[in-house]
Amino acid sequence: MKRAFPILGVLTAVLLSYALYEALVAAPTEQTMGDVQRIFYYHVPSAWTAFTLFLINFVASIWYLVRRNPAADIVALVSAEVGVVFCAVVLVTGPIWARPVWGIWWAPGDIRLTSTLVLWLIYVSYLVLRRFSSSGQTPTLAAALAVLGALCVPFVYFSIWFFRTQHPQPVMGGGGSIDPRMLHVLLINWLAFSCFAFLVCWSRYRLESLQREVDQAHALESLLEPRGSTR
Amino acid sequence: MSNNGYLFAAYAATWIIHIVYLGTIVSRYSRLKREIEDLKKPDVRKAGVRF
Repeated sequence: MKRAFPILGVLTAVLLSYALYEALVAAPTEQTMGDVQRIFYYHVPSAWTAFTLFLINFVASIWYLVRRNPAADIVALVSAEVGVVFCAVVLVTGPIWARPVWGIWWAPGDIRLTSTLVLWLIYVSYLVLRRFSSSGQTPTLAAALAVLGALCVPFVYFSIWFFRTQHPQPVMGGGGSIDPRMLHVLLINWLAFSCFAFLVCWSRYRLESLQREVDQAHALESLLEPRGSTR
Repeated sequence: MSNNGYLFAAYAATWIIHIVYLGTIVSRYSRLKREIEDLKKPDVRKAGVRF
């Protein structure tokens, strides 16, 4: 396992570089928007990766609620944290793309944009709860919040079907069409970002497991200390 | 800003966000390493805690 991490790290770096080349050079230029449309190759895969991580968080939270498995709790925490980072990328790249195309940074009241922001805030509140609550019930409360957050994911994705919005239709399941070469580049970028997210989750999982061991050792140490002594 | 400027800004923002997050992971690892060094003192070894 120790050897697998650097090998996967190098493969991911190569894949990310190739995906960047494909997005900036190999992908055809869109006729209406021009080169700025290439933001699509970072914006959409980041959104898909965030949604996948929130789905993992949902499954792990359910698993924790059913079995009280500490490993499931760590997976839930890690996937939410990395998912928030990818969702932040979506929320930053979206307005940068919207400004030259729509003429505005943000469309207030637009259901897709607002629901994505709300989704991000739900998972930020999940992380704040995890970080600052010291109650023994924190993992359970967080798991319940995660279930609520996950229910918002399909709403965000399919909100375009049910409401009028400036945001374009979803690439998958939206009934629209996309140039096969663009789809190829999109999928390469999604694969690259998924591998990157997996690696980050892996290292974050190791960090969190180690942190919990250290916390246990601290607790043990304080129990073993003679009365009246201080650290 | 030109269209290419927006494109560059979006790609740069993506990597800045990821690099900042990776930086927080590295700093948490370093802090944890120091904590582990502290715990490796003889008192804790007696209790049978090993890393």
